[in-house]
Amino acid sequence: MDTTNTKHGFLEFVYDFYKTMKLNEINLVYEGEITHQITKAFTSLTEASMEKEDEPSGVQRKVFHVMVECLQNISKHAENSTVLNDPLEGRGIFMVSRGDDMYKVTTGNVIDNTKVEHLREFIDHINSLNKDELKLLYKKQIKEGRLSEKGGAGLGFIDIVRKTGQPLDVHFLPVNENASFFILISTITRK
Amino acid sequence: MQTIKISGTDDTPGVILDKENGLFQITGRSLPEDVAAFFEPILEWMAAYAEDPLEKTIFDFKLSYFNTASSKLLLDVLLNLEEMVEEGHDVTVRWYYPEDDEDMEEAGEEYADIVEVPFEQISYSLD
Repeated sequence: MDTTNTKHGFLEFVYDFYKTMKLNEINLVYEGEITHQITKAFTSLTEASMEKEDEPSGVQRKVFHVMVECLQNISKHAENSTVLNDPLEGRGIFMVSRGDDMYKVTTGNVIDNTKVEHLREFIDHINSLNKDELKLLYKKQIKEGRLSEKGGAGLGFIDIVRKTGQPLDVHFLPVNENASFFILISTITRK
Repeated sequence: MQTIKISGTDDTPGVILDKENGLFQITGRSLPEDVAAFFEPILEWMAAYAEDPLEKTIFDFKLSYFNTASSKLLLDVLLNLEEMVEEGHDVTVRWYYPEDDEDMEEAGEEYADIVEVPFEQISYSLD
């Protein structure tokens, strides 16, 4: 970044990035390793901002729930993406945006292609269930599921859909023959 | 029996397991970094307590938030209580929820459905 050209390009990027964030009403964006400390910092930051905005406590709680589950998903499931010359696991992008009617919590992380089909089917299935069916699935999973080595209970997606009452918006973008970029968008309506 | 007393933090619950004074409580927020490690001593204590419990055990849950990983471990605590009930002991769970928190109220109802332990649902005001 020592030439004037690169520097100019970088400054343009900063301004464009700022404008894009404003346009998409993004309050928080982060790329990197998601640790427990990061999870705590982001949730308390967002809580403080919602408190300041006098957001109803029900909305605050739902946003908090969704943020925690999404952040923990990345920290537990993001792959070691050597394809991206990225030596660390548990990395990804995390965004929170707030519009007039809703909050959106967006995560993106690299996953192994062998997991794509199962994940897509699982989320499609959850999205197709009504409130009572979700409740049954949650109960079945909490009773029969085992805590994974990484401390996941397999309940995160089910819980998000139950708490928000909104389907999960998921996308898989190709990275290469072995990996995909998994984008998960959760919506919390402001009432 | 040794008493367990853990102060709550912004990501781990407060825990009191005190046989001598008949106090059994899990309170506050639960999203520990290592949920299994956090609950391990609690579950061990519960298993030991179940061998020779008090005549009546009233177990209070007063949580403002728990993540899904914690929900699994909370069920394990409740399953310990269920075993005590199965062996003929008198056990009651008091499930406290903030009065405007339907999700926490429903979580208590669901646990009450899953385990065979008498549940009391009690709402409280956050003010």
